[in-house]
Amino acid sequence: MRPERFDSWLTVDAKGLYCRPGGFHIDPYGGAKRAVITHGHSDHARPGHEHVLATAVTLAVMKTRLGAVATRGTQAVKYGEKLQIGEVTVTLVPAGHVLGSAQVLIEWKGARVVVSGDYKRSADPTCPRFELLPCHLFITEATFALPVFQHGNAHEEVAKLLKSRAQFPERAHVVGVYNLGKCQRLIAVLREAGYERPIYLHGALQECCSLYETFGVRLGPLKPATGTARDEMKGEIVLAPPTAIADRWSRRLPEPVTAFASGWMRIRARARQQGIELPLVISDHADWNELTATIAETGAGEVWVTHGREDALLHHIQSTGRKGRALALIGREDDDQ
Amino acid sequence: MKAFAELLDRLAYTPSRNDKLRLLADYFASTPDPDRGYALAALTDGLFFRLPLRRILSDLLVPRVDPVLFDLSRDYVGDTAETIALIWPAKAPGQEPPRLTTVVKTLQSALAMEVPGLLANWLDHLDATSRWALIKLLTGALRVGISARLAKTALAEWSGKPLSEVEEVWHCVEPPYRELFAWLTDKGPRPEVGARAAFKPLMLSHQIEDKEFALIDAKDFVAEWKWDGIRVQAVHQGGERRLFSRTGDDISGAFPDVVETIPEGVVLDGELLVMRNGEVAPFNDLQKRLGRKTVTPAMLKSHPAHIRLYDILFEGCDDLRTLPFIERRARLEAWHAAKAPPRTDVSGIIDFTSINDLEALWAGARETGIEGLMLKRRDSPYIAGRPKGHWFKWKRAPLTLDAVLMYAQRGSGKRSSYYSDYTFGAWRNGDGGEPELVPVGKSYFGFTDEELRELDRWVRNHTVDSFGPVRQVEPKLVFEVAFDSVHRSTRHKSGVAMRFPRIHRIRWDKPASEADRLETLTAMIVE
Repeated sequence: MRPERFDSWLTVDAKGLYCRPGGFHIDPYGGAKRAVITHGHSDHARPGHEHVLATAVTLAVMKTRLGAVATRGTQAVKYGEKLQIGEVTVTLVPAGHVLGSAQVLIEWKGARVVVSGDYKRSADPTCPRFELLPCHLFITEATFALPVFQHGNAHEEVAKLLKSRAQFPERAHVVGVYNLGKCQRLIAVLREAGYERPIYLHGALQECCSLYETFGVRLGPLKPATGTARDEMKGEIVLAPPTAIADRWSRRLPEPVTAFASGWMRIRARARQQGIELPLVISDHADWNELTATIAETGAGEVWVTHGREDALLHHIQSTGRKGRALALIGREDDDQ
Repeated sequence: MKAFAELLDRLAYTPSRNDKLRLLADYFASTPDPDRGYALAALTDGLFFRLPLRRILSDLLVPRVDPVLFDLSRDYVGDTAETIALIWPAKAPGQEPPRLTTVVKTLQSALAMEVPGLLANWLDHLDATSRWALIKLLTGALRVGISARLAKTALAEWSGKPLSEVEEVWHCVEPPYRELFAWLTDKGPRPEVGARAAFKPLMLSHQIEDKEFALIDAKDFVAEWKWDGIRVQAVHQGGERRLFSRTGDDISGAFPDVVETIPEGVVLDGELLVMRNGEVAPFNDLQKRLGRKTVTPAMLKSHPAHIRLYDILFEGCDDLRTLPFIERRARLEAWHAAKAPPRTDVSGIIDFTSINDLEALWAGARETGIEGLMLKRRDSPYIAGRPKGHWFKWKRAPLTLDAVLMYAQRGSGKRSSYYSDYTFGAWRNGDGGEPELVPVGKSYFGFTDEELRELDRWVRNHTVDSFGPVRQVEPKLVFEVAFDSVHRSTRHKSGVAMRFPRIHRIRWDKPASEADRLETLTAMIVE
């Protein structure tokens, strides 16, 4: 193991990315001895590890979703707190993706490595902003790693939703949102835009919203979407998981306008294929410009790309004179639903 | 540009006709002249920019976008124009984005060599949706599901003016339609229709209902064949010749062969057909000439057009529309006998003394080119629109086929939670001789809401595979499919295409193995 030869001490095994001098995995598949978890989405926070280290929020999310977080023990870490694990120092730093999300800084014998986890640079009223960490090796996500993905401003998308609501006051607007992060961010941006009416929630979304409120994120009046008379839902905004918006569940709503808040909505074919009438381009992932700018700003000479569209990002990394490598981590396709 | 782009974007994703009308009305109400006029022109195919757009855009992209990244993006997005709109590197805000009016007027007077520079500068200062709209505008193909007819309906509903009046003045106003909007908002007089070759809204008929047969007294009505082409209005007034579709679209460009034969000073109503050696060709042949702006000499020769005349609206300066039908008919016959314009004839009148005579004729009507019968009151004036009690259409009985449901696709808009678009097939022998289903058609109507709920449940319970919004189902449910006719088609695996297929009955009772074979369908083809 030599610090400047990153692949001699950071390896990929069947469980995922492994730090040998620290003796831990990052966001591994089930059954790891020691796991550092970047955030609570189910493709990163999996059940069955012995020891789990994460932010207090991420541990709370895992507890809510998985029941038991770890078989032997958990450790909550504050942002910026330096921890010695084996031979390495580990620091969790805000990633700006969802509440509790973190980048993982690993320092070993003078080498600095940052694992970004999922991240975004744009503003989000529900979580602390991404902090840039200079490093030698940057291990980045690549969910939206094509130059056609430029997410724009969430407030403009919310303005589209509110305009449509004014144009079609006799219909409900049902918006597909991912249950952790997107849901609460959309609510918070609606509140920032001055929308004060109750927002109606599909049952599957209520737990995460309560959790956010426990951690001090104010979401304003929320009501369950089930059990309210159809006529009372006219003109209201309803949030639901993407699978429910255009399926049998939505039939309870008065002539719903089907919307979907996701970075994928930038692509017309994707919106049309899902029968979306009002696509809202709101993403909790870095877009192309954020990915490429962040790589440059970290000053990293070497960049590893985890999951997503790595072809385009590797091409960019190599054409800007850096060393690039694709980490084949399976099971991380197409999140940001 | 931004408001126009937002409108196009919403329209492109909005399936419901009524919702589209509302979006259009809101746009016309909230957008000033002349922007709304140019938008209206763009929506109704009234703007043409003859630009080598594909070449200009690819030249502009070279210094701006890495070709490897472009190709990867293009593969992912699936559409070149959309990829360019999304990938174009935005400039920091500073310069105001251009107005729609600025774009249109600048391009109309620009020299060819100036266009790339203008376009690049606009793209630099527009957002992604507006870039997409600009490229669509310049290609001349908006493809947002708006017909000229729908745009005119939106103008009528928004302003409260009758649609027939909007259609009548339509051909006498020009982009950016200031005069038209002034009239629609009660700020100006109705635009002068004058002596130009303007469209006069058509008189349309109602489908006859069973209970109405009793009201048809043979002495008050005449009967005509209903020919299987498209209704047109042929006009030659003020030195201009025009051919209009039923909804007032100018289709002269595609049918120069009939347009040039219209004599001066007349407005005629008739059926546009393709005729060879005095025989009406199948509708499919006419379809080949529809929907294009021009026509090739080869097509003129192989698919010659013809107008079979039903009515005359103007002769010289005489407006005949207030006369009773039989008087107009006499004028039509006398006029046609005197002028004898080529590529026209007068549709014959069918003698009948009772409705029973007609019923026999109607039941036997399987001849090519006949869609059914028309019943017209002898004393009907020519009234724009669809007045009640004057003209009845009696479509011939449809053909039917028992077909097996193969795939179901989610509908759109209010039907997006239902599997409501059905692909059905007929049996044939596979390569090994075993029976297999081959798709013969697709339909999403003909059933009630209650039946839709049952079908949706059936589809969900009998799914064997799914591909995105499409589910493949067990081949177990039989539909009795009704359709107007069937034609050969090279675009379909089965080699046939149905016209107007609809789900006539759901045969919950019938075993799929007893559904019809492909040969049954091919035997119904009209050659």
